[in-house]
Order: sequence, then C-alpha cells, then structure tokens
Amino acid sequence: MSNNNEVLLSVKDLVMHFPIYRGVIQKQVGAIRAVDGISFDIKAGETLGLVGESGCGKSTTGRTILQLYKPTAGTVYFHDTDLVALKGEEMRWMRREMQMIFQDPYASLNPRMTVGQIVGEPMLVHNAATAKETAERVSHLLELVKLNPAFSTRYPHEFSGGQRQRIGIARALALQPSFIICDEPISALDVSIQAQVVNLLEELQDQFHLTYLFIAHDLSMVRHISDRVAVMYLGVIVELATRDEIYVSPLHPYSQALLSAVPIPDPVADATRKRVILEGDVPSPANPPSGCRFRTRCPIADTICAEERPAFRELRPGHFVACHFAERFL
Amino acid sequence: MPDFILDVQGLETTFKTPDGTVHAVNGVSFGLKEGETLGVVGESGCGKSVTMLSVLGLIPSPPGKVVAGKAFFTDRDLLKMSNEEIRHVRGGQISMVFQDPMTSLNPVLTIGRQLEEPLMIHIGMTKKQANERAAELLTMVGIPNAKDRLNDYPHQYSGGMRQRVMIAMALSCSPQILIADEPTTALDVTIQAQIMDLVKRLRDELGMAIIWITHDLGVVAGLAERVMVMYGGYIIEQAQVKDLYADPQHPYTIGLLGSLPRVDEKGRHQLASIEGLPPVLYSKPTACPFAPRCKWSMEKCWTENPPLMETGADHRTACWVDTKTGRVRS
Repeated sequence: MSNNNEVLLSVKDLVMHFPIYRGVIQKQVGAIRAVDGISFDIKAGETLGLVGESGCGKSTTGRTILQLYKPTAGTVYFHDTDLVALKGEEMRWMRREMQMIFQDPYASLNPRMTVGQIVGEPMLVHNAATAKETAERVSHLLELVKLNPAFSTRYPHEFSGGQRQRIGIARALALQPSFIICDEPISALDVSIQAQVVNLLEELQDQFHLTYLFIAHDLSMVRHISDRVAVMYLGVIVELATRDEIYVSPLHPYSQALLSAVPIPDPVADATRKRVILEGDVPSPANPPSGCRFRTRCPIADTICAEERPAFRELRPGHFVACHFAERFL
Repeated sequence: MPDFILDVQGLETTFKTPDGTVHAVNGVSFGLKEGETLGVVGESGCGKSVTMLSVLGLIPSPPGKVVAGKAFFTDRDLLKMSNEEIRHVRGGQISMVFQDPMTSLNPVLTIGRQLEEPLMIHIGMTKKQANERAAELLTMVGIPNAKDRLNDYPHQYSGGMRQRVMIAMALSCSPQILIADEPTTALDVTIQAQIMDLVKRLRDELGMAIIWITHDLGVVAGLAERVMVMYGGYIIEQAQVKDLYADPQHPYTIGLLGSLPRVDEKGRHQLASIEGLPPVLYSKPTACPFAPRCKWSMEKCWTENPPLMETGADHRTACWVDTKTGRVRS
C-alpha cells in the first residue's frame, strides 16, 4: 500500500533445522528441516502474505525472524541491523520495533492477568512508561481496537474469540512497533468475526504505517490483505510475486494446485474452473526429497527435478519462482 | 409432499449448564430426499451439529435433552427408538463422519480391526469376509497397498488418510444416508480437495444421500444440491444451491457471503463484516435471534420471531424484511 520502496526487513538464506535426538545418550540422528534456505524482502508499509499448508515452515519462519529461535544459518536484516548477530540487551531493545499476533486467542493470553495488565505488560517490561502513562495508554489502545476501555479490569475468559484477538492486537501495538508478524491471526475465528478482525488490521496499518508479515493457510484471506505473496512448501519458498501475479498467473505447479484447491463460494464459478488435484501427502521435513521438494507430488516432474534443486529465479520483474519448468507457464 | 428418506419435524434440543438452560436447537424441520446432498452451513454454536447428533440419538444426556420433535427415517421415528434399535440404524443405514480424524480412530487397534468391526456387527460377516471387504473399502477410498496397510495403526497414517479411513468405515455397510460433520475442516486445502473429490465420486457410484455440515460456504457451493443456513438454533434460509449464492435473501446469509474474500476476486475492497457476536440463547427467543446484528432490523423483528416463509421457488427465508425492497413481508 506504500509508494515508499524502502526495504524494512531483508531475510537472506535463512535456515532453521531442529535436531532430532535418539537413544540413551541422546545422539543427534537427524534434523527437521523446517526452514531450508529462504530469502525475501519486506518493504516498509507493505503486507507480505506467507502461505502454505501445515508443516511447511511458515510459522517457524515468523518465529525465526523475531529470533525466538536461533537460526541455524542465514541473516535477517531489520533496517541495517543483522538481528542474528544481536545478543541479549541489544536484541531486547530491537524487539520494541517488532511484535507478533498469535493464532490461538485462547492460549496466547495469560488467564490470570487482567486485560489491562496484559496490554500494559510490554510497557512495563521495556520500562517504556510510568504506571499512570501506562493506564492511559492501555485505555487508548483498547479504544483503537474497538473495545470498551472499561474492560481493562476484566479477565480473558470473559471475552469471545474475536474480542480476545483484539486484546492480542492491542498488546502488539503497545510499544508502537513498525513491524508486526501476524501468525494465522484469524484461523481460530468464526467467519463473520474474521472479517471484523481483518478490517481492523487494515485500518491500523493505514493509521500507523505498519508493515505486516501475514502468515496464513487461507489463500482467499491472504489475497484480500496482501500486497505481495510468498508460497512455501516443505521449508522453501517456491514462488514470490505481487498478489495479482500469484493469483492470476501463478508460475509454480504447487501454487497452481493450491489455488485450484480453494473452494469458491459460488456454485457457478466453482463448476467451470480448472482443477488440479494433487496426489499424496506432503513428505516429512526430516527427510525431504532430493532436488525439488515438490517433485513427489508434481504433475510435471522430470528427471532433472530429482537431481537438481531448482534456483529461485526472477522470471518476470518482481516475480520469483523455483521450478525448472516454470517457463511453460509464462 | 416429496418422498423424504429423512424427515425431521420441529426438533428442539436443550442443554443444562451452570448458567442456565441453553436452547441449542429451536424447532428445526427439514427433509432429505433419496440420493440428495444437503449442505448445512453456520458458525460455531448455531446448532448445526447438535441437530444431526439429536437425530441420531448421540446427544449426551444429561446435560443435553431432545425436548420436542420427530425424525422419521423411512417411516420410523428415530427419536422414539430404544438405544438398541437406534444403534442398529447408526453405522448401518445412517452413518457419520466426524471432524477430527486424529481423535475418532482408536489408537491401539489396527485400521483393519476397526474397519472389520462394523461389518461383523451390522452385516454379520465372518472375520475372513470382513477382512477382504475391509481391503476393498480401503482401495475404494484410494489408499494404496490396502492389504498391507490394514495391519497398520492410526498413527502410521497421515491426517488425510485417516479421514479416508473414516469415510471407508462410514460407507462399509452401504448406508442410505451419510452425515459428514465438518470432515475436511482439520485438513489442508490440497487434502480437502482430494477428500471432496473422493466423496463426489463415491456419491455417484453408491447413490447415498449426504448431509454435509460445514462453516465453509465455499465447500458447500461445490458439493451440495440444496443448502440450509442455520443461526441461533434456527434454519434461517433454505434454497437450491445456485439460488442461495445468486440470490441470498436473509441478512445473515448476505452478510456471510459479503464477509468472505474470494481467491478469484478482482481488486481490493473492504470486507463487509457483521458486527457483534452470535447469540447464546438462555431462553427461547421471542424476537428474531439475528435482530441485534442486523442492519435491516425494525420494530417487528424485536417483537416476533419470523417463521420460515416461502420467498421463491424452493427458497424459504425466516425474515420479516424483504432485503431487496426494504419492505416488510406479509
């Protein structure tokens, strides 16, 4: 949504492997390759959608960016600072700039804290305000997310899922961050409530010039909210492009299959469109296929796909794809 | 009156809770024709699952109780049957597939054992016959090496494969009606597409009637012939699938369709959200349950609960307002 092309966050060759230990002496026998070498930029003020099926590494990517996991390799530049190299107090200081909204509004709020304490806690932790300022700011934040400021003395169990998600959003905004990772913020909510929360996220973005990384498996919602979209499969990004390019002319066979699998709430349109139904399941990230990760389910896979990992190539300006045969779809 | 194989009339179900009696289903009537696919759509707590569980005598009692209504299957009232009789119907002539394939299989029994059990109980097959039939069923739902995989335990199957097993189990006794309660909600979109494809194929091959319960208007569009939309324990709109999407008449249906982003949408627009929350009914409502969230609501909506009225060809709506003209329906 921004005309400003300044890059806010730059992820380069990010790798996150979780070791697997077995046996009495807990020897490392392998690794879950949750994220296996991904690179992308997020520009200031834009929303980058990150989509993929469960287990593809999209949430791990979000958490690794925030250094909630120490990455195995790679760099994450926020403005000009490499977050991976930061330690202790420096990282803590940087965290004011980047916040997270979690998927499960039932598990991400402490049931023994009042809403006022939850929303005010980031300010307390970062010594960002006096008690009086904090109380004022909490009221203001609750108003921003369209909750009654009088609710600040209540506990999370008194709220519905949608309201809890608003509390989570207010907490994320407490330190006036510039970058927010939304990790499936609406997938636990009912359909009519999802639209309320998404509209709120969009309003807040306009108001505070926020940059979002929007992680989701719901492709229709990602289309709605994102400026650019990255599609992940088994730890790698297979395609990255502007929203319209991805949805109108996807170049990777996985993106095509994923899009065609999304049901459309319109029986007429649903009956006429072309459908690609993938065979089988996603392989285990502990033992991914050689070469192209998608080749075991790919309708156009050939011998080269098993031998060589496809490069992440820019086939159209700003449209990146990792497939040996993507030219066929140009 | 058309011949219904399942004819539900005036069904009411309540639950006793510490906060009072919750009226979950408030006089639901519908019919299911032979071989027809009926979609039941609504958000959590609207009574869609409870309706079907009530019909099958699966409501835990206490706290739940079916307080009124009839449910004729062919010409016998399911609600008047003894436990023994209805158990014979369930799994035999009417079977059900549940949402969560992870928890609906017994983890300590092999897949084969679980598939053979209903065959031996309901059809009286011998162990050997049941074993052969179980292998056929697994092949039918698209699981390769069925014979070997019968000896596997549920944890050795992926989510999509477990749901296939559940479907195989539900179809094992050639039911006349299959009730599917959010069977694809826990699955990824590409796997959901596989399962829906499978269900459509089996429906055409076996000719059973299907009741498909879901919150996803997209899933229903591609599958059902008729759809009913539920809200607050009532059916608020019922129509042929094409009519419902082309010409939704209840403000709630209109709102739901408006709040859904589509993968095939063009441009970006604000989602029409429905403000407020779905109700929890501690007493039988005297007003329209949707009135507090409805932008068309007027005086009559607050004093009298609208019944389902004929509003088009095979199209019935429970609303006092004609949303096209804004005038009161007489």
